[in-house]
Formats: sequence, structure tokens, C-alpha cells
Amino acid sequence: MAQITIKGVKKNYAKTPVIHGVDVNIEAGEFVVILGPSGCGKSTLLRMIAGLEEISEGEIAIGGTVVNKLEPRERGCAMVFQNYALYPHMTVRRNIGYALKVAKVPKAERDERVMKVAQSVSLEPFLDRRPGELSGGQRQRVAMARAMVREPKVFLFDEPFSNLDAKLRVAMRSEVRRLHRDLGVTSVFVTHDQIEAMTLADKLIIMNAGRVEQIGRPTEVYNNPASRFVADFIGSPAMNLFEGEFDAEGHFVHGAGGRMNVSQLNGVRQPGRKVVLGVRPEGVRRTGADAHGAIPAVVDYVEELGASRLIHADANGSRIVALDNDSAELKSGTPVHLSLADSALHLFSLEDGRRISH
Amino acid sequence: MIERSPFFDALTYAVMIIGLILVVIPFWIVIVAASQSLQEVSRVPISLLPSDQLWVNLSEAWDRADLAPKMLNSFIVAIGVTVGKITLASLSAFAIVFFSFKARMICFWLIFITLMLPLEVRIVPTYSIAANALLPFQVILDTLGITGLVQAVSGVQIALNWNLLNSYTGLILPLVATATGTFLYRQFFMTIPDELVEASKMDGAHPLEFFFDVLLPLSRTNMLALATIMFVSSWNQYLWPLLITTDRANFGTVVMQLKALIPAQNGTPDWNVTMAGALIIMLPPLLVVAFMQRWFVRGLISRDK
Repeated sequence: MAQITIKGVKKNYAKTPVIHGVDVNIEAGEFVVILGPSGCGKSTLLRMIAGLEEISEGEIAIGGTVVNKLEPRERGCAMVFQNYALYPHMTVRRNIGYALKVAKVPKAERDERVMKVAQSVSLEPFLDRRPGELSGGQRQRVAMARAMVREPKVFLFDEPFSNLDAKLRVAMRSEVRRLHRDLGVTSVFVTHDQIEAMTLADKLIIMNAGRVEQIGRPTEVYNNPASRFVADFIGSPAMNLFEGEFDAEGHFVHGAGGRMNVSQLNGVRQPGRKVVLGVRPEGVRRTGADAHGAIPAVVDYVEELGASRLIHADANGSRIVALDNDSAELKSGTPVHLSLADSALHLFSLEDGRRISH
Repeated sequence: MIERSPFFDALTYAVMIIGLILVVIPFWIVIVAASQSLQEVSRVPISLLPSDQLWVNLSEAWDRADLAPKMLNSFIVAIGVTVGKITLASLSAFAIVFFSFKARMICFWLIFITLMLPLEVRIVPTYSIAANALLPFQVILDTLGITGLVQAVSGVQIALNWNLLNSYTGLILPLVATATGTFLYRQFFMTIPDELVEASKMDGAHPLEFFFDVLLPLSRTNMLALATIMFVSSWNQYLWPLLITTDRANFGTVVMQLKALIPAQNGTPDWNVTMAGALIIMLPPLLVVAFMQRWFVRGLISRDK
């Protein structure tokens, strides 16, 4: 177990900056997920922790030791790769035990440790097979066993489940959770899958374009997104976002002149202030035409989810999605009235996308 | 392109059979001539059916050309070149593909250029190096004036000399240093996924451990293909051994010795013995190819991962 401190870390590829200064503290034993769209620098950050990429600027410390100049093998990290990266010519047993062989661990001890790790991920029946004879899920378990056998200070996962099918992903997710609970090793997990991120993380790091957008517990990030990007990125279906401004009476004007009564935002409704108003689909409800603050809209189409449905509608030129539990038939073109739940409103500056607290 | 019609099938078979006959006929003539007596082989037109003198002719050729020690020499040279070349090729390709150092591309192109300069083209400079392998250093010392300086100070004249003529080293080394093997290995190493390299780094393997534990086992088929090519081509070398060995009795190879079996202008025209000798001499590479061809084809075309 070790704490990881990342201080002002930057990465340039031949003058082109890809990571613009990241500061993160990862507590010992914590499970941290780095989440972001592809190309945001999340894998690069992980690889810098691992020692597979050079750190252009700044400092990374693992367990109090600055590791900038250390070789990967000296950092005490183990890594699970996206494409498993198993040695194709070695049996599962030799794949798992290779790190120990390189470290000159005596054969008897090596066999014992390989066996123990193989048991913990239920791989004993496959120890004498080659990776080519295993399924994707089994290969990923071999990759995890290979990481575990060294008893590292830190586990690094680089999108390990993106080659697996949906069902297997869920199973592997709970496996990783269980292993982390049993071993308690500091883990850093990179993914672009927000469900994976939300379910696994103690702490979530949202990255975008080489910058950290927000760090926090999953619920915190979901309920209080720090920026327009995070609001848009986290949550499925995505949050409704309306660009607009407040008028003299404090109404929010958006789209082709649509007006919303947002009296709960009292205090930040300076007339002419340009903002982005966000509300999650579950914060939008269907109401009667006479309800306070009802927004008239026209149904575009309805997405059935089984237990509920999503109503995609047009409110004065702005697209709005509402989560609806009713089953009354709604045809395209039907006029409806929607209202926004008071507590569910998020406000962001249109200029820099940062959150405006209210 | 896949085409299926009776006419097209017949045509492809015809082409293949003609090709096969063209390839096999010379071998057949060698075998037939090697089995005939002097009278039979001198008859015009030559009979295309084998006779019963094969063993007699083989032993006559073996004795006359003193093939026993020459065979040994040929094996030493061919195996030496093969082993040397695989070692050099795999290590140089390893350096070029997996390490990023400043002179990487220069090194690669220097090696690559030698593909265009086969031994036959650079035979005179190669010979002068073989006559004194330290000549380049001598030239450097002379040009820098170090030789003169040392002589003036200590009275000792520096004259470096390392003669490789009439030695196995001289026969082998110049044939080892060519680019084909490096190139083949480079192409293979470039298909190794980066993640495998990184996984071995994370496992704590040193580069050489990665080389021996991962790269070499994975490149086994390539290695066998390269070994086949190298064995055959170095076995068949004629010009270089001819040039570098004046001591034929001790360092001659079988291919050079074939010349000794060709009948003299006014001597007995015993081509049957010549052909028997040719048969003996071409047998080892034939066996190597026959034995290795399965690996050979796989190593050159497919990637089993």
C-alpha cells in the first residue's frame, strides 16, 4: 500500500503539450478511477505513474519516494493492459510467474505463489494452457493474476475491460472490487466507461483535454458537477443543457425565445448574464398546463427503456429530454407541459463553463 | 483471384507441370550420369535411364577430390556463417527496433545499404581487410600522425597486423556481415505489439531478458527460415573461399573442389565421376531445405500469434 502524489505533472510530445499540469493526491489503499473521453490524456497520466512515459515537468511520488527517474521495475507498480499483453508462447503458469522468475524467486516459492494467485481468480484448471487457448475473460484474469503475484504497492489498470462483452464486464467489475477489498492495494483505473467509473471508484478524477476537470466521490461528481463538461459527460442519458441569459424579470430566456421561470436561482439572476442552465432528465417532469413554471413543449419521439421512458421534446427551439414513468401513449407532435424540479438545477458560466453556485 | 473452369484448371496444371519438369530435369541428368560407366556416359545420345555404377562413381569422386576434409570445412563454414548471421541479425535488429538512440536511423540505413553491396561488388577491399583486419586502425593511426609520434618518442614502430587468409575466421566473418537477416528480423520485431514490451518492463525484465525470454522464442520460425537460407547460400559460396584460401588442402571447401573433378582438356572424359561428385556436394543443402521447408515457408509468410 502506498500513497501517490502527483504534483504539477505535464507531458509534451515534441513541444505539443498533451497534459497541462495535473495535481492529484491518491491516498494509500484508495481505488481511484480516471475518467475522460479518448485523447484526454488519462492513459498518458497512468503510463507516467507506471514509468512507461517520461514526465516532462512536475513530480510523481509513490509512497513518499519521487519516482521520476526510476525504471518501471523499481516503482513497485503492476499494470493490467487493455489488450492483456500476455506472452503468447508461455503457459498461463509461466505468464503469471515470469515477474517472479525475473526477480530470481526460487522455483518452489514461485510455484506456490502462482498457485495461490491462480486460485484467487479461479484459474487453476488453465495453468498449463497457452493464452491463445483462453477466452477474453480468462485472459484478462491471467493479466490480473500476473499483476497480483508480485504483491505490488500499486495496481494500474489501463482500460482493462474494453475488449470484453457487456456481461463479462459486469462480472470482471465485481471481481476487481472484491480483489481490492481483499488486498487493499492502492489502485488507479483508467476508463472511458462512466458506469465502470461510477461503480468502482472511491475517488473519481474527470479529465478533459489534458486537464483535470473535477476530483471527488462519484455521487459528489454526479450531483455537483464542477463544470459544463463534467455535467455533460457524467450521466446517461446526458444532462439537458440550455444556453441563454436572464431577462429583466429574472426569467431564463433560451432557444427561440423560450422563457423559464427559475425563481429558485434567486441571487444569481443578473439581467443579461449569459449562462448555461443544466437539468438532468430525471429532474424534468410532465405536469399540467396550469402548473407553476410549466414549460410548453412538443414531443419529438419517445425512447422506451422498459421500466421508464425518455421523452425527447422541443421547447421553443431547445431540445429537452425528460424521464417519464407514465405509460400513456405519446405521439410525435403531441404538445406537453414540463416542469423542472427545484433542487435539480445546475448553472454554469457560458464563458468558461465553470459552475456558478447558487 | 479465384477462377474455376475446367479449361483454367488444365492450364494451371500444365504450367505447373512444365515448371516442375524444367526444375527436375537437371537433377535427373546428374543422377543418371552419376550412375553410368565411362562408356555409357560417353555415348551419343546419352541414355536417360540410370545404370548400376552409382556407388563406384561416388567413391571414386570422394577419393579423387579428397572430399572428406573438404566436407568438414564446408560444414564448419556454413554452420559458422549461419550461427553468426542469426546472432548478429537478431541483436542488431533488436537494437534498431526497440531502442531509441540518436544514430538509430543512420545505423539502420548503413546496414540497409549493404543489401545493395553484395560481397562480389566489394571483393577487393574485403580481401585487403581480410589480409590485415587491423588495416583500418593502422590507417587511422597513420593519418592522425600517432604512428610517427610514437616512433619519435619511443623508437617503436606501430605496425598492426591480423591476417585472416587461410583461416576459418576469414572464411566466415565477411559472409556474416550482410543485411538480409537484420532486415528480416526488423520486419518481424516491428509486428511485436508495444504492450508486450511494456508488460515485460512492468514485470521487471531487463532488455536482454526480454530478448531471450520473449523475442527469441517468438521468432523461432523466422530463425529457422533465416538459417535455411544462410546455410544454403554459404554452402554454395565459390568466389570468396577461392580468393581467400591459398592452402587448399587444409581450408578448401567442397564447392571449390568440384573444379578438381572436371575432366582435364586432354584427359579421360569421365563426366560420370564429376556428376557423382556434384551429387555428393549438393546433397547437404538439399537435405537441409527438405527438412526445414515447413518452417521455412511459415517463417517467411505467416505470423503465428
